[in-house]
Amino acid sequence: MSGIPIYQILIVSTALFFIGMYGLFTRRNMITMLMSVELILNSVNINFVVFNKYLYPGQLDGLFFTIFIIAIAAAEAAVGIAIIINLYRNHQSIDVEDASEMKY
Amino acid sequence: MNYSSYIALIPLLPLAGFVLLGLFGRKYFKSAAGIIGTLLLLGSALLSLYTAYQYFLVNGKTGDTYQTITAFKYTWLSFSDKVSIDMGVLLDPISVMMLVVVTFVSLMVHIFSLGYMKGEERFATYYAFLGLFTFSMLGLVLSSNLFQIYMFWELVGVSSFLLIGYYFDRPSAVAASKKAFIVTRFADLGFLIGILVLAFYGETLDFQTLLHTLTTQQSAQHVAVVTASFAGVTALTWGVTLLFMGGAGKSAMFPLHIWLPDAMEGPTPVSALIHAATMVVAGVYLVARMFPLFAMSQSALDVVTVVGASSAVIAAIIACTQTDIKRVLAYSTMSQIGFMMFSLGLIKAHGTYSVGYTASMFHLFTHAFFKSLLFLGAGSVIHMVHSNEMKDMGGLRKYMPITHITFLIACLAIAGIWPFAGFFSKEEILLTAYQSNKIVYGIALLTSGLTAFYMFRLYFSIFWNKEAHLHGDSHGEGTWSMKLPLLILAVCSIAAGLIPFGSYVSINGKELESHMDLSFSIAPLAMGIGGILLAMWMYRKENNKPQQVATTLNGFYKAAYGKFYIDDLYLFVTKKVVFNLIGRPAAWVDRNIVDGLMNGIANATATVSNWIKGVQSGKVQNYTLYFFGGVVALAVVFIYLWK
Repeated sequence: MSGIPIYQILIVSTALFFIGMYGLFTRRNMITMLMSVELILNSVNINFVVFNKYLYPGQLDGLFFTIFIIAIAAAEAAVGIAIIINLYRNHQSIDVEDASEMKY
Repeated sequence: MNYSSYIALIPLLPLAGFVLLGLFGRKYFKSAAGIIGTLLLLGSALLSLYTAYQYFLVNGKTGDTYQTITAFKYTWLSFSDKVSIDMGVLLDPISVMMLVVVTFVSLMVHIFSLGYMKGEERFATYYAFLGLFTFSMLGLVLSSNLFQIYMFWELVGVSSFLLIGYYFDRPSAVAASKKAFIVTRFADLGFLIGILVLAFYGETLDFQTLLHTLTTQQSAQHVAVVTASFAGVTALTWGVTLLFMGGAGKSAMFPLHIWLPDAMEGPTPVSALIHAATMVVAGVYLVARMFPLFAMSQSALDVVTVVGASSAVIAAIIACTQTDIKRVLAYSTMSQIGFMMFSLGLIKAHGTYSVGYTASMFHLFTHAFFKSLLFLGAGSVIHMVHSNEMKDMGGLRKYMPITHITFLIACLAIAGIWPFAGFFSKEEILLTAYQSNKIVYGIALLTSGLTAFYMFRLYFSIFWNKEAHLHGDSHGEGTWSMKLPLLILAVCSIAAGLIPFGSYVSINGKELESHMDLSFSIAPLAMGIGGILLAMWMYRKENNKPQQVATTLNGFYKAAYGKFYIDDLYLFVTKKVVFNLIGRPAAWVDRNIVDGLMNGIANATATVSNWIKGVQSGKVQNYTLYFFGGVVALAVVFIYLWK
């Protein structure tokens, strides 16, 4: 573990972040969008863990934050899916483009 | 003695009636509205009588002078140390006298309306308006400062407007209510300017302080108001004359009288209350209230005299030709108010002939009773025959005995026959005129003759003349609630004249020595009886004498029948001149410039929002893109550019 330089891990997390971002912008399926959001969150988690490990090895703050984020991401996924289900009941579709009632 | 506790209730009870009936009347007290209104007013009438008893007979006097008491005062708006608008209650002989008149007549009208207005769709609304009017009128007479009186002045105007337009499904009633409102509002413009002038020089709005500072010869304010002048007339004369303009508008004095005859479109009890006994005498009351200021300016007094005397005689002449019984009564009211006005105007600047003040107030007092009786009697008649026109009436004496007798009493009272109320009060007015100005005396004497003539023309046309031909659906003389007020008012019309009025109301609060000269009474009495006999000769039996007289006086008769074309003159001025020269350009400016500006702003906004509304695409991913784009832009700015 100590042999891996911090840059390599940060490259992984950055790649993860932009993959997630790309998915969020391009996918029309809401479930996929939700998954993309999870990817973004996970890239953040990796950053927290890595910086904690490499810069402040004696402390645990970054790890705590990561656990918080995982818990909140779970809750967010539950709420998000609930919204998606309701949307599906109303529109018979989970395509974001179909939900355009609030447009001007 | 603490007056304030119960005096405040006198105007507040009718106000409570207005609020209660106005808000909940139509829904919850459809038929009980009349009783509720009447009971509240009964309370306020009893309190007024008690106040009058306390004031006149128990503790109003200090030594031999009736005091002016401020029962309570509450600063409502305070602008600076000196300038503030107060709400107060002022008690002096005339306000207490008015208090009794207003509540008493209002009570009679409330009772009468129980029968007269029965079954009306908007019965509760009617009583709510009556309550509003009574409240405003009581507030007006109790006012302790100019601004307060102005506020209540407008309030009575509004309630008069509402009640004239009570039958708002009749176009004529709507037109009449608008006319009344606009004409009196126009006059009130003068009133407002007068208030501002007097308050500017007197540096206060409060009656007592204002009268005191302006009449004190040495005070700086007195010097200022007498020396300052505009267009060759002193500020004082301007102030009081403009004040009088407001009074003349409300009291229907020539040439601002045109609204009063039309105001007869309202329900008849309303005419009895507002357009005979109370609101229309507000102008006289105002002049009496501000009299010390009027007394300092001989030219203002002359204006009052000329306007009063000309109104008296013009109205009397017109009244002889009208055929609508309520209009005859309206012109008669105007004529009688003219009497009260010139009686005040004839008091000379230095306080001589001050009997005129008492006479005017006395006539106001007695007139309230017999004129409201006449109107209520006319109401009974109209209720019976369903028409206002004399030609539909005649021979009604057998069918409505009580109305007949009480109407006769009121006619005798207004004609000034001994021993009815009108005799005493009119006598004093004529005496004032005789002592100070023989021309006015001549006019007044002629007018008394005319008064007797047109009142008995009315009386004989209604109750004698031809035989009655009533429709089958007639419902007789009406309920007791309609007869009782007639009887009570008839008793008052007989007895009111016997009150030693001079010992209660006079210009300086001291007892006035009245000296009735019997030989003086002969001329007015002869004129009165002459008028009655002439009317009897012409109208007692159905004949063609009235037509003959009308043909003989052809042009003059037509002019009088057409109300001397004053209405047409006003119509010409307003429609042709004001409308074309001021109204149309103003409308053009309003439509094109004011509206144009607003429309332009609205259109510009609409266009711009049309352009930018595409941003709101409704697509979630666009929004995320904008959001992250923004984040990136901010990051770039803060990391690289913001050094």
